[in-house]
Amino acid sequence: MRGFTDTLRRELRLALRQGGDSLLVVMFFVLVVVLFPLGAGPEPGILSRIGAGIIWVSALLAAMLSMDRLYQSDFEDGSLELLVLSPAPLEIIVLAKAAAHWLTTGLPLIVASPLLGLLLNLEVEGMAVMLVSLTLGTPALSLVGAIAAALVLGARRGGVLISLLILPLFVPILIFGVGAVDAALLELTYRPQLMVLGALLLLAAALSPWAAAAAVRQAVA
Amino acid sequence: MVAFSGTRLTCIRGERLVFEDLGFSVEEGTALYLTGANGSGKSSLLRIMATLLRPAAGELCWNAVDVWDDIPAHHDRTRYVGHPDGVKPVLSVGENLTFWAAISETRSEQVGQSVQTALDRVGLDRLSEMPARFLSAGQRRRLNLARLLAAPARLWLLDEPAVGLDEGSTAVLESMIASHLAKGGMAVVATHDAVPAGARRLELS
Repeated sequence: MRGFTDTLRRELRLALRQGGDSLLVVMFFVLVVVLFPLGAGPEPGILSRIGAGIIWVSALLAAMLSMDRLYQSDFEDGSLELLVLSPAPLEIIVLAKAAAHWLTTGLPLIVASPLLGLLLNLEVEGMAVMLVSLTLGTPALSLVGAIAAALVLGARRGGVLISLLILPLFVPILIFGVGAVDAALLELTYRPQLMVLGALLLLAAALSPWAAAAAVRQAVA
Repeated sequence: MVAFSGTRLTCIRGERLVFEDLGFSVEEGTALYLTGANGSGKSSLLRIMATLLRPAAGELCWNAVDVWDDIPAHHDRTRYVGHPDGVKPVLSVGENLTFWAAISETRSEQVGQSVQTALDRVGLDRLSEMPARFLSAGQRRRLNLARLLAAPARLWLLDEPAVGLDEGSTAVLESMIASHLAKGGMAVVATHDAVPAGARRLELS
């Protein structure tokens, strides 16, 4: 795994020094979730039924919001060319970048979600399954996002383009993430949904470094 | 004798033919200077040599083996200095260089030492702790050039390396290239300045 730890350390350091970015993502997540009771009315029955969906959709949007910055600054200051030319495999570097993205956005979202679950009157059984489903789902979001972020490099309005590219790919993750929580709330078995989520994560981990690395090479040519 | 060569290279950028049927060769201990007007294809040729660009036609060979057959080996023996400096403003000077050295160097215990030596050589040793956002354009360029020393490699590809450098730093750069060649290294340098006497030169038009 030559280059993985070095890149991960650099990305985390950049994220910490630039500060604010991951805080912003969490704030966005919280605000979107808080808007739903205002829009749908404060009736506890409705909120607890759609609570898992609200949290998942908001997490998707928040993860996407931070996605376009994954390579953007490296692309602009020429570091991306040097990363492509470095002796470490580009696939590993891309994987490290996705891992850093998850640590700085996905993980804070997971930490914030129980509180939001309480706000939405989500039942306790659902809460635990939601945490597991987010833990399996958000790394997959970062991995899939790493491909899309590389594809829109150099495009004008990359931020808008990236949502069009990425949201259809997020749909299966959303379906099984919310499905697991709903099953738990109805006291049905939720293992199959979580296993599919795990499978999606493994699939993304296996394919995304190659796809994203190919897209990055294309972008710097 | 190790040789890096290209034959019948053609480069097309945005449907415009930049150059065609171009050949070059660099041997151990020699440098090749690329000259020519703006837009004549110096940077494109260097990017082809670095494998950032694929030529539309022609072959790029290292010891008669096609470079594209073994990209990791080529990246291992090549250092490329392009126009952007790739310096992260929020990282310190030392952290910037340490990252590039660590990712290029397999023997991690030597990284700290070689980073220190490299910063010494380009005159940034006293700024090692300073965030890179306070560097001037010339200092950023020197930090970029320090990568060549912190993570040594056989082949240097330098795209107008002296841009933004003061006289003293230009002299340091020249001595860096000279000692690199003396150790059997190779260099391809695109430049608008005077080419050193006796150096090989390829004029692009």
